[in-house]
Amino acid sequence: MSAEAPTPGPPAGPQIGVDEWVRRSGERIGGPGGLLAPVVRVAGKTPQILLLAVFVAGAALIPFLTSNGYIIGVAADTMLYVLLAVGLNVAVGWAGLLDLGYIAFYGFAAYLYAALSAGHLPDGTVLLARWATWQTVPVVIAATVVLGFLLALPSRRLRGDYLAIVTLFFLEIFNNFTTNGSQWNWLGFSGTTHNVTGGASGLIQTDPWRVFGHHLNDARDYLWVALAGFTVIVLALAFVNRSRTGRAWRALRDDPLAAELMGMPVKWLSLLAIAVGAGIAGFAGAINGAYYQGVFPQTYSFQLLITVYAMVILGGAGSLGGVVFGAVVVNVMLEALTHPADARWVFYAGLILGLVAKIRPWRLLGALLAGLVAFGVVVNEIARAVWPRGVGGPLATGQNTFSQHGFLAGALHHWLLLPAHTYTDSNFRIGNYAFVLLVALVLALTATHGWRRWALLVPTIWGAAFVWENVLIEQNPTTRPLFLGVILIVLMATRPAGLFGTNRVEIV
Amino acid sequence: MSGAPLLELRELNVAFGGLKVIDGLDLHVNEHEVVSLIGPNGAGKTTVFNLITGVFAPDSGDILLDGKSLVGLSPHKITQRGVARTFQTLRLFLNMSVKENVMSGLYGRTRSTILEQMLQLPRARREEREIDGYAQQRLAFFGERLMGYRWNQPAYSLSYANRRRLEIARATATRPRILLLDEPAAGMNPVETHEITELIGKLRDEGGYTILLIEHDMHVVEGISDRVVALDHGVKIAEGSFETVATDPRVVEAYLGTSATARK
Repeated sequence: MSAEAPTPGPPAGPQIGVDEWVRRSGERIGGPGGLLAPVVRVAGKTPQILLLAVFVAGAALIPFLTSNGYIIGVAADTMLYVLLAVGLNVAVGWAGLLDLGYIAFYGFAAYLYAALSAGHLPDGTVLLARWATWQTVPVVIAATVVLGFLLALPSRRLRGDYLAIVTLFFLEIFNNFTTNGSQWNWLGFSGTTHNVTGGASGLIQTDPWRVFGHHLNDARDYLWVALAGFTVIVLALAFVNRSRTGRAWRALRDDPLAAELMGMPVKWLSLLAIAVGAGIAGFAGAINGAYYQGVFPQTYSFQLLITVYAMVILGGAGSLGGVVFGAVVVNVMLEALTHPADARWVFYAGLILGLVAKIRPWRLLGALLAGLVAFGVVVNEIARAVWPRGVGGPLATGQNTFSQHGFLAGALHHWLLLPAHTYTDSNFRIGNYAFVLLVALVLALTATHGWRRWALLVPTIWGAAFVWENVLIEQNPTTRPLFLGVILIVLMATRPAGLFGTNRVEIV
Repeated sequence: MSGAPLLELRELNVAFGGLKVIDGLDLHVNEHEVVSLIGPNGAGKTTVFNLITGVFAPDSGDILLDGKSLVGLSPHKITQRGVARTFQTLRLFLNMSVKENVMSGLYGRTRSTILEQMLQLPRARREEREIDGYAQQRLAFFGERLMGYRWNQPAYSLSYANRRRLEIARATATRPRILLLDEPAAGMNPVETHEITELIGKLRDEGGYTILLIEHDMHVVEGISDRVVALDHGVKIAEGSFETVATDPRVVEAYLGTSATARK
C-alpha cells in the first residue's frame, strides 16, 4: 500500500499479518486440489466414528450383496492388508520409525499359528502342537509383541536409514530361516538336521479358527473376523493417538532430542511403537495362517513389505483413515491388474484421471485429449492403408483368451495399432522395441520444456497405451510394481503427504 | 540467600577431543533466583546447559539438583527431576498443535500406560483432563498471544516470537524446579525483547520459577538478573551483580580484546 493513499477503509478480505489472516491459515493450506478435494473435504468433516461405522458395515455386508466367491475372497485379502497397513502406521506414521522388518512379525505370527494349530510338514507329520483357537491366537499375538520388543531392543538407539537397514536385516534373517528351516541343525549344536519350518514348501493343513463352536471355513468368515478385530484395533489406536503416548510418538517423530529433553523416554517409546505395530501384524498373521490353510515362506517377502509401505504412503502416513483407504485402493488395484480384462479399465481410467487431475487449465486439457484422439486415429488410418496386419488384432483378456468385442475394444481398434500376430507369433517382438522407444520418449519428455513438451506428451501417452496393450497387460508380475511405482511418483509430485495425510513441515 | 543452592555445579570439566570446553566450572543457582550466564560466542554457555540436561556427560565434576547428583541420568529422567530448558535454535514439535506442544511436556508428569489408554480406563481419562487443563493454564500465562484459536493451529504457523513463547510454555509444562532459558531474546526486535524481559520477571515473581539464563542482550541481562556469571573459554571469569561483572576488566577483555582494555 502506498503512503499517499487517502486512508483506505479496511479491505474486504483478510490481510497478511493480521490475526484474521492467521486464523484462516488452515483454510489456505492442507486440502488437495483437483478431483480428490471434495472427497478429502467430506472425509475431514464427517466424525471419524461414523466413517469407521460406514466402512465396517459396508465391508461386512459384502457377502450379502454378492455370492461371487472371488469378490468375497478379495475383500478378505484386502482386510488383511488393511490390518497390516494400520499396524505399520503406528511405527512409521506416528512414531516416524522406518521399520523395514515389519513383515517378519506378520510371518512369525503366521508360522507360530501354524505350528500351534496342527501345521503339517510335507511328509504329513504335525510339526508341533494342536491347540484350540482361543489359546493359540492370544499366544501368537503376545509372542509377536514380545518379538517386536526383542527385535527393537538392539536398534533402539537407531533412527532413519540406520534403523531401516538393521530392521531389513531382520526380515532377511527371517526369510532365510523359514526357507532353509527344513535342514535346521540348531546352530550346529545338533549333529543331525531337523525340519522345523517345512522349508520352501511351508506348513500345510493348519486348523481353521474355531469361534464359539463354529469352524471358520471360508473367506466370508475370515472377512468378518478381520473386521471385528479391525474395529477393536482402530478404536484402541484412536484412543492411544489422543493420549499421552500418541502425543509422545508424534513428538519424537518431529524432534527426538527435544522429546527426550521434554521428559519423554524416547527409546522406550520407540520400542513400544514397534511392539504395538508387531502385535497388530500378529493378529493379521494368525488369520493368515488359518485362512490360507498353511504358511509359505515366499509370502512374507520384501515385495509384500513394499506393497504395505505403498499403502501407508499412498493413504497418508499418520492418518488412520488414510492408510485404510490406501490399503483398499492399492490391493483392489493390484488385484484388478492380474486380470487383463479388468486391468485394461484400470489403465485407461488411471490415465484419464491422472490427466484430468494434473492438467490445467481446462482448455489445455481439452486440447491434449483432442490431440490424443486425433493422433491415434491418424496413425491408425495410415497403418490401415500401408500395413493392414498392424490393425485389428485381438485384445488380451487373460489366460490366452482374446476378444474383439465390446465398447473399449471397438474404440481401441480405431485408435491403437494392434498387430494381429502379437500373441500368436513368439518371434514378433514389436512390443519390446516399442517399450525401449517409450522409455526414450519419457526421457525426452523430462528434458524438454514449453510447447515441445506438450507436443511430445501426445505420442508418449499413445506409445504407453501401445506398449500396454501389446506387452504389459499380459505380464502382471511386471506391471503391478510398475503401476505402484508410477502412482507413487505421481503422488510425490502432487501430494507428498499422501491422500489423507497432513502436509508436514520439517524446517521453517 | 542462605541454605543449600537448588542447582550446583562442582568442578565441572568436559573436553571435546583435545579442546577443553568447560574447565573446572563451579556454579550455583539458589531457589527463586535469576542467574544470567554471559560470555562471548564459543565460551561454553550452551555446553553448560547440555551438561545439566544430560545431553553430554561431564568428564569429571558433579551436577547437583537439591543435593542429588544428576550425572549419568538420561535426559528425560533429569527433566522429570525438575530441570527444563529451551533451545537457542528453536526445537518445537512443529507439526503438532500449539496446545499439543504444551501437553507433550506433561508426559513425565503422568503415569497411565498404553493399555489404560487403549481401554480408556479411569486413570487415563482423568490424566488426559488434567493435562488439558494444565496446558491451557500454562498457555494463559502468556496472555492473549497463545490463546483461543491458536491452540489448534500447528506450531509452524506461529510467528518467531510466539514460537519462543511457546517453547517456554512447553518447558514450564514439565513442572520444573529450575528453568534453563537459552537466549530467549535471540532474533527478537526491541519491543519483543522488552516483552521477554518482563516475561522472565513474571516467571520468577508469579510463577515462582528459578531461572538460569543464557543471554547476549545486555539490556535483558541487566533488567532481570539477580546475579551474573561470565564465562570465557569454559572458565568462570567473573561473578556477581550486573554492574560488578559488566565492569570487570577480564569480562571487558573477553568481549573486546586486550587492546581495548589497554586504551581504557
